Amino acid sequence: MSSARDRILASVRAALGRSGAPPQAQQGALAAYIAAHSSGPCPGADWDLLARFQSRALLLSSTLDDAETMAGVPAAVARYLAAQGLLPQAVVSPELARLDWQGAGIHAEARRAQAHDLVGITGSYCAIAETGTLVMVSGASAPPSNSLLPETHIAIVHAARIVRCMEDAFALLRAEQPRWPRSVNFVSGPSRTADIEQTIVLGAHGPYRVHVIVARAGSLAAEADSSQCHARARQRS
Amino acid sequence: MHATSMHFKSRAAEKLADGDLRAALDGLKRRFVPARAAAIAELDDFEAVREAAAEIRDRALEHLDFFLEAFERNCTARGAVVHWAETWADVNAIVVAIARDNGVRKAVKSKSMVSEECALNAALEAAGIAVVETDLGEYILQLGHEPPSHIIAPVIHKTRDQVSDLFAAKHASPRKTDIGELTREARERLRPHFLSADMGITGANFIVAETGSTLIVTNEGNGRMATTLPRVHVAITGIEKVVPTLEDVATLLRLLPRSATGQSISNYVSLTTGIRDAAELDGPEQFHVVLLDGGRSRILASEVRAILRCIRCGACMNHCPVYQSVGGHAYGWVYPGPMGSVLTPSYLGLENALDLPHAATLCNQCGVVCPVKIPLPGLLRKLREQQYERGLRPWHERMALAGWARLAAHPRLYALATSLAAKLLCWLGGHERRIARLPFGRGWSGGRDMPAPAGKTFRALYGKQD
Ligand code: SF4
Repeated sequence: MSSARDRILASVRAALGRSGAPPQAQQGALAAYIAAHSSGPCPGADWDLLARFQSRALLLSSTLDDAETMAGVPAAVARYLAAQGLLPQAVVSPELARLDWQGAGIHAEARRAQAHDLVGITGSYCAIAETGTLVMVSGASAPPSNSLLPETHIAIVHAARIVRCMEDAFALLRAEQPRWPRSVNFVSGPSRTADIEQTIVLGAHGPYRVHVIVARAGSLAAEADSSQCHARARQRS
Repeated sequence: MHATSMHFKSRAAEKLADGDLRAALDGLKRRFVPARAAAIAELDDFEAVREAAAEIRDRALEHLDFFLEAFERNCTARGAVVHWAETWADVNAIVVAIARDNGVRKAVKSKSMVSEECALNAALEAAGIAVVETDLGEYILQLGHEPPSHIIAPVIHKTRDQVSDLFAAKHASPRKTDIGELTREARERLRPHFLSADMGITGANFIVAETGSTLIVTNEGNGRMATTLPRVHVAITGIEKVVPTLEDVATLLRLLPRSATGQSISNYVSLTTGIRDAAELDGPEQFHVVLLDGGRSRILASEVRAILRCIRCGACMNHCPVYQSVGGHAYGWVYPGPMGSVLTPSYLGLENALDLPHAATLCNQCGVVCPVKIPLPGLLRKLREQQYERGLRPWHERMALAGWARLAAHPRLYALATSLAAKLLCWLGGHERRIARLPFGRGWSGGRDMPAPAGKTFRALYGKQD
């Protein structure tokens, strides 16, 4: 008895006028198509990436701030929390464990976010100028829960890692990641719904607020590398 | 889902008389249509992106077996399990089995139209597995035991007042009227379910051959919850959803949210590949992808293959004058509007949805807005022809068409008959220039007036020119 898989593939092939897989030459051409990763029409050859990212992020109802270097990030976070009337208390992704949160008066716990956490602070793998989008890549030191469960999500973006479009983010991932990450989330502003009378409400299931702090100098990757062992040591598990 | 597509005419008439529904559907013209236009205008060259998108979908369909096998290979290499389902019942059996094998007691669901095709919720409940819809719209529908009426705005047919009443009754809480408060109430009800569910069920907007990933696009974040928190993730989708590369996905994503809601990008685009690594702190331990044929390979072999390019944006229904007037429930099955009028007869059989290929004015608004250039009016016309050829149309319609064909074959007689008809209709129009009741077309003039013709045929006017 043939399997459902075989029967489905057989009827697909019959519909395409074939009885088996495409001929070898064609398979080669299709594999080559995949390998070429050619892009469709992409906008923005002349964009100032940082300016474009910032203006689009604002359109998505994210809020913005910046810091000269990574060392200035905790102070920027403290400023934001105070302005929002939020307690200086947050769960931070392990990739950011090494920053001096305490020095900025923030009680930060480096771990995966839990249901009760109100503020989540994360890095971002890169960001996309075209749409003002954060690219969140899962990994041992970057759990996706941290940008999802808390009501307030604060994300750190490195100015040098703002790419033009989604295609460029994919290319960067292919170049840098030995193995394709389990989850890649493109996050564009606070969660929202317009299901009732097409009226937009922020904070459907995910965060009500997304605050983006652009670090103008330094690289998150470098920070993360040196903080890996600290992060592991501090994880609850 | 139980189909009532045979009753389009009577249900459409019922819906036309529903004032609340007409008010609710007003949102289409007020919000979706202008928002899409603005978002499309933002692209440097919409037509070029659209052309590229149609090519991507065609390429995937022309080599569907190749890309599906590539997807399966890459997906399983990352520890996921790929299941193949020939029918809706097979999907349900597979998902129930996965749930049973893993001792799942509760599943949270993110919006999936394929699961509506299968009536998956009923199957899970029958097997004793609780299932909670978490998209706000779908949650409202689950509370009210209703099917969706739109593929991306499932409760477009409901007014805020109706939602207020429903929540007050089902949540046993004080009645709220503010949309923000209603949304918060749903959030607070649903959060505990996300945290305690054993299984997350999602659809997939695309599956990617190159990486073996599934991709979902959401605004609320419920899709992210369902793919992050429960220990088992099941994605169910149609075999036609495969796309060769991530670059192809990027092109399609320039059009999908723009065409759907007028957003340049949806809040969350979630690309999921395989199961969690040992070192990861969250993510599912098991990932199952269920690929459904359910009539798709039959459509691939048919004259309406182009409908398989569909990326489920909803633009065709948002812009359809018929959908705008009667809403989605009149169409009687999962997919409404122009795309539904092609899909429903193709899935359920031409004879089980007789009116749907006719539930369109062929004005081509849908064809103009479709981001993957599906010639929807052309496909509807093909289905009409098939109905005629198979003798599925009523006798008076076939007689009328045969009579017209005979008349049209005799140019003089045709000219005489049409000039008489034009004069008669002009006279019937009177001062108002509108005809309230057509002598042989009561059905047509029952819901609207017919504008009276000028009294001369086109041929007569054309003949007067030099
Ligand atoms: S047929 Fe075209 S316009 Fe309609 S839902 Fe599908 S992709 Fe969108």
